[in-house]
Order: sequence, then structure tokens, then C-alpha cells
Amino acid sequence: MKLKLHIWRQKHAQDKGKMVTYEVDGIIEDMSFLEMLDVLNEKLIVNGEEPVAFDHDCREGICGACSLTINGIPHGFEKETTICQLHMRHFKDGDTIYIEPWRARAFPVIKDLVVDRAAFDRIMQAGGFVSAHTGGVPDANATPISKIDADKAMDYAACIGCGACVAACKNASAMLFVAAKVSQYAYLPQGQPERKKRVLNMVAQMDAEGFGGCTNQYECEAVCPKGISVAAIALMNRDFLKASLTDAS
Amino acid sequence: MTLDSKIPSGPIAEKWDKHRFEMKLINPANKRKYSVIVVGTGLAGASAAASLAELGYEVTAFCYNDSARRAHSIAAQGGINAAKNYPNDGDSIYRLFYDTVKGGDFRAREANVYRLAQVSNNIIDQCVAQGVPFAREYGGYLDNRSFGGAQVSRTFYARGQTGQQLLLGAYSALMRQTGLGNVKLYCRHEMMEVVLVDGHARGVVMRDMVTGKIASYAADAVILATGGYANVFFLSTNAIACNVTAAYRAYKKGAGFANPCYTQIHPTCIPVSGDHQSKLTLMSESLRNDGRIWVPKAKADKRNPNDIPEEERDYYLERKYPSFGNLSPRDISSRSAKEACDDGRGVGQSGYGVNLDFRDAINRLGKHVIEERYGNLFQMYERITGEDPYSVPMRIYPAAHYTMGGLWVDYNLMSNVPGLHVLGEANFSDHGANRLGASALMQGLADGYFVIPYTIGHYLASYKKEKVTTDHPEFRKAEEEVRGRIGSLLSLNGSRTVASIHRELGNIMWEYCGMGRNETGLKKALELIPALREEFWQNAKVVGDGESLNNALERAGRVADFLEFSELMCHDALARNESCGGHFREEYQTEDGEALRNDEEYAHVAAWEFTGVGSKPNLHKEPLVFENVKLQTRSYK
Repeated sequence: MKLKLHIWRQKHAQDKGKMVTYEVDGIIEDMSFLEMLDVLNEKLIVNGEEPVAFDHDCREGICGACSLTINGIPHGFEKETTICQLHMRHFKDGDTIYIEPWRARAFPVIKDLVVDRAAFDRIMQAGGFVSAHTGGVPDANATPISKIDADKAMDYAACIGCGACVAACKNASAMLFVAAKVSQYAYLPQGQPERKKRVLNMVAQMDAEGFGGCTNQYECEAVCPKGISVAAIALMNRDFLKASLTDAS
Repeated sequence: MTLDSKIPSGPIAEKWDKHRFEMKLINPANKRKYSVIVVGTGLAGASAAASLAELGYEVTAFCYNDSARRAHSIAAQGGINAAKNYPNDGDSIYRLFYDTVKGGDFRAREANVYRLAQVSNNIIDQCVAQGVPFAREYGGYLDNRSFGGAQVSRTFYARGQTGQQLLLGAYSALMRQTGLGNVKLYCRHEMMEVVLVDGHARGVVMRDMVTGKIASYAADAVILATGGYANVFFLSTNAIACNVTAAYRAYKKGAGFANPCYTQIHPTCIPVSGDHQSKLTLMSESLRNDGRIWVPKAKADKRNPNDIPEEERDYYLERKYPSFGNLSPRDISSRSAKEACDDGRGVGQSGYGVNLDFRDAINRLGKHVIEERYGNLFQMYERITGEDPYSVPMRIYPAAHYTMGGLWVDYNLMSNVPGLHVLGEANFSDHGANRLGASALMQGLADGYFVIPYTIGHYLASYKKEKVTTDHPEFRKAEEEVRGRIGSLLSLNGSRTVASIHRELGNIMWEYCGMGRNETGLKKALELIPALREEFWQNAKVVGDGESLNNALERAGRVADFLEFSELMCHDALARNESCGGHFREEYQTEDGEALRNDEEYAHVAAWEFTGVGSKPNLHKEPLVFENVKLQTRSYK
């Protein structure tokens, strides 16, 4: 099939950037979306033009690197699917596709479709962990955890840190990302000792990075490639309030 | 090159304890005076960086992704082995050790493998303490499943995302140490060169992938945890940017490269669909617990698989290997699939595929059970192929997946270059000629959490060195070399893209140094590769500049190294005149097509020494001595 692509091109962080139109031909339905972009880039290179820069790595939906907004929707229209796993059989000959980077103040563009998501790492550094020094821990079966709680924790732990939630949110809020981590540990006994400190510190860092607040429109949940529920945000808000009132440290 | 394995004396069960006691220590207050560089933040790198920082060392870590959490360990699906024996089914440290040595076709170092089995249990404890949400039973205790090459259930898992959860555990520990200021972490940085001063590894030259800046970093020791080289095949299950560059640079600086021909072709991947393909996707081996592998008995049978009656199906693994059946080890399963397809009985459009059928399991257990166990994998399959595996069998075919070979290391995980330590898939140490499923995660974390924190202290305490800064001439020299190489890559202005050359290299390697190898083919590859390398330097095209983010330049650098490294793989495969594990030399097989080892001549590690681009490397041998396990023909029948 033949497609018309409008792609965001931006040379570097300071460049203003603009949409540029390209045409690709010979796209077949078994290709992934990124393989379609590979076809374009190969063509650009042969013509001596710079290929379109985009983040990607595992191409199997788990590393969280790929980060494209397709026709206004982060990761595209296929539910619970990263853009690397979206295949071209969902498009038809002659389609026009708009491809943009994540848009958020806390995710500045580095080049073309590549953004800087280091803010997520800094939020994790503020509290996204259990302080368990290597060694000196009890036997893994010493603390039984109900299957229900373990499954809940796993639901939230499935976050791949791609940032689609931020890109989809009109407030560029990172609440779903932060809440997923807070909730994972909240469901596990290992997370309890630092529960209050964790939520306070992670939220403080999230605010410091310039992410907005949540106004309950659930765009984040709708685009999350791992289907993380906004119930996490409710849990985090509750924990945050409780911790704000009772944390002694 | 001297290969001193430094295996401690004494009975195998006591070696590690004894060694830990005999190694020198650095007192807690002095550790901060020592600096360590860690390249790579996958399971091995992240766990090492975090653990060393916790001990008090000054750690600098690098990764090429935008976040340490994206290393390719994250894609491991099935699980992690440990000898906990929670299911009470007869497992033990010795059994895990034995299975791993046997699974590796008796080409691994016994002492290393035993230690791996010993610390496996600590890993599970550590991960649970970090909040890794392993699968549990209703009683609240940890659940296990079985994996290929074992008759006990010793695999711990977190749905089909075990690698992700373990990596996020190690990453969270790394983030904690980074936040505390104990680790300096540089993302989007790629290693260009390892720097030796007076024969010791004292630093690295890195390229900042955003600004293009070349900078040196000095330390008292260097750790490479940079993964494997399966992308030499172009199509593999590895992430797109996985590469051999760091390991290969170390090799060019004098580190021995061990057993490069041992590559694992994973039996359960989604088949190639066309020339456009950029990577192959693995379907976890855990699927083989419930899925049955078969091909039609008749050649070129193009009927819908569901219309083929039971008596016309060949469940070839169950037929050939009744005791392990569909859970036969990876090398054996892959080769059997190839045989069936070469025999004209493959399925799918290309004929290079076999069925992985869940019909019987769904009838036995109900769809919901299969959904709970493998839901995300089924979904992934459907996304890629557009077919529903609940109603038609999955089609799978082997694909390059993991590389058992890697930089040679001693018992302390140090290469023959003093100070240069190598962890995880990047080293050669524990899997012999074939890795068992769910053992890569175990090895990466064993190396990072429980081996290197001890052994690096011993190294640092044993060699009291002068402090070196990046002003040292060796750093200047290395930086100049790097700038020169980047300059040559940027000046390439031919007519072919780097990707097309990489694809061609992959075809050569898959054809001649893939699942089956023979002397004629390998010799052919050794002619084709230098010619292709020449083509690269004459006719490749690299656009853009060196001062900004330039994916084309990054890729060109990696492919340039693959174009040299691939030759090394072929030399190794040619020199090993036997079949073992992932190395199947067609000349050496039994009458019924099984691998034929030659223990008299080849029970050794082949470590290669660089002698110049295009010239045959020198072979050094580390004999493998088996004191505990009796060498025997591996049988899964």
C-alpha cells in the first residue's frame, strides 16, 4: 500500500520544528508500524537525507522506548498496544497518517520524534523502590502474600514507563505512571515500611518535574499499552492524603 | 594470553565458601576510595552497579537507552530458575548444577555452574524482598513451573514478564543508589573503547549519543555487562540496538573471546514473514508446558491444521524424545523443527514453521486456564500475525536468541585483562554450549548481586595501583582513535544503506553459521564476510553529523564491528570439529542425527586472541576438567 505521512521534524531541542510530508510505497500488511518507518528511513538515507529519529528498541512491546503519537493518539488507536506492535494491516492504501512525538513540557524534544523522559527516572529515584540491600533478606516464602494481592501488584508493576499517559493527558500529568509504582508496593508487605515516605517523595518529585495534576478524564488509562487502571490514582491520592496527615518524618 | 581459571581447590560444594573466605577484603571506610565503571544496565549491570554502590564503592554506570530500565533483559518472558525445591519434587543445588552442565552439553566450567546453582536461591529471596511480584498460589506461597531440559519445576515467574519484573527490581535498586548519589548514571551513552594503562583496564571512552561528545572516564576497575551478539544474524529476538561493540572493543584490546560459535537458536519464535522484517519475536518456552509441537506427516500438506486428523500429525518431539517431549532442550527442539521443515513438512506460507497447538490443553484445562497462564503471549501473537491462537495452532520457527559465547572470564568473572570484569550474557562462563530456559536471568543476577560484589573487592585489594586520571596519554590516544573511526564512518558516502549490509551479513551467518554448520559453508562464509566488509567501507552510506543524535551513525558503528566479529565466529565454528549444544557441525552427527561430541579433543574452552582485522585469530585452550559430572552422551529420550 501507499501512504502519505506527515511527520514532526525538529533538528534539536532549540529548533522550532515543523511537520514534513513524505510518501511511502510498497508497505505490506505484515509490517509493523516501525518497519514502515524503516522503509521511509532507508529511502531518505539513499537520497542523502537524514532519517527520522525515533526511539525504539525491543520492538516487542515491553521496553517502553517507542513513543509516537499517531493521528493524535499516543501509540495509535489499537487498544493496549505499543506502537511497535501495531501492524500495518490496520491501515489501508492511500491513508494519511500524522506522526508526532510525545507532547509534554516535562518531556522536551531531543530530535524529531525522540523526547527526553529522564524525569521518570528522577521520580523513581525519589522513592520508586524498596530499600532492600543486596543480601540479608528472608527466605522468599517466609512472607506469604495472597494471590489476589500479588496479582494486583503485578497488574500495576506491568507499567513499561513509556510515558503515553503523560502524552495523552491535557495536563501532561504523570499520575498514572507514579500511581502504578506506588500501588504495586502498596499491595505488597515489602512496600509497607516506606509506604508513606514513598508516596510523598514521588509526588513531590513529579510536581518538581513540571507534570500537571489529574482532573479525572482517564485519557491515560485509555492509551496505556499495559492497561493500567486509574484505580491506581485513587489509591495514590488516598495514600498521599493519609501520609500528608500522619507521616512523622 | 594466559588463561588461568583460578578455580579454587577442594570439593565442589565448598569451593565458593572457601574462596569467599580467602579473598581479600576492603574495609567499609575505604571502599569509597575505589571507583568502578559499569557498562550496561541490564540484569547483570544494574544489579552489579546497585550492589557495589550499596557496599560503598564509587560507581559510574552507562547505558545506551534513554533509561536504565529499557535494557533487553526486560524482554525475557518465561522465568528464572532456582534450586528452592518448593514443590518438593526432588530438586537440589546439585540437581540444578547437574542439569545446567548437562544442558550445556558438558562444555561449561563445573565450578562456575555449581556456584550459580548455589546462589540461585539467594536471588529469589532478594527479588521478593525488592517487591518483585512473582506468581503465587492461593495459599500465598510462590508458584513454580517447568522449563526445558529439567524434570523438576524450578522456574519462578511473573506472568509472561519475568525479565521485566526482575529488571525493574534491579533498576529500582539502581535508582535508589543513583538518587543517593552513590551511582553516577549516564543514559544514552555508548561505549566506544576500553582503556588500558599498564595492562590494566582503567577506564572507557564513551560517546554521548545526544551531543556526540566523546569523553573518557577513569576508574580502578571496569565491568562490562553489555549483553550478547545475536544481532550478528540481523534477525534475532534481541532488541534492535543490541550489539557486540563493547565486548569486541575489549577483544581488540587483548581480552580473549571464548566460544563465539555457541549461539542459541530458540525454538519458539514467530516465523519470518518477509524481507521487511526488522526483528523476530520470541514466544516464551513456557508455552511448551501446554502446547504440543507437530507437523503434518505428509509433505506439503497445506490443509488447515484443525482439519488434519490426529493420525496424520507427527508430534515429532514427543515421538523422538518421549521422556522430555515438548520440553526437550532448546538446541534439540530447534534442530528437530529445522529437520521437519527441510523434509518439506513445514507449515505456513514459507514452509518454515511448525505448529504449537493448544487444542488439547484447552480441552483438558479450559480456555480460562490457558488464558491466565499465557494470556499476554497469545495476545502478542495475535497482534503480530493476525491469527487467534486459541482457535488455530500457533506457527513457530527457530530464531537466533542468545549467545553462550562471550568474553573469557576466570572464576572471579575477570577477563584475562586485569581489572576488566565481564558479567551476564557478555561473558562465556556458565552455559557451556547451550543455555537452558530460565537460566539467563539467573546468571545475570547471580553475577551482579552475588559474585562480583565479592570478587571485585579482592581484585581492588590485591592490586594497589596508582590513581589514573583521564589526562593520561592512553585516554587521549583512545579518544583520538574513536574520533578517527567516527570520522571514517561519517565519510561513507556510497549507495547502500547500513541496514542492507547488515541484512546481507545476517543472511550469510544464518546460512553458514546458523543452526547447522559445515566446513564448506564456513569456509565460504570466511570468503564472503571480508568481501562484504570491503563493500561496507566502499559503498555504505552514512548521513548526518557527529554532533547530534544520529541513529544512522550509531548503527554503522555497530555493524562495522559485527562485520569483523562474524569472522571470529566462523573461525571458532570451523575449529570445533564436533557437534555440541548450539554448535551443530553437520559432519559430526550420529546415525539418527543427534549431535556427536568429541570429548577427547574438544573438552575445552576456545578463547581467541585478536591478531588484526582479517587475519586469523590465535586459539588458546582452557581444558575443561570434570571432577563431579560424568561426561556422557546427552540423552533426552
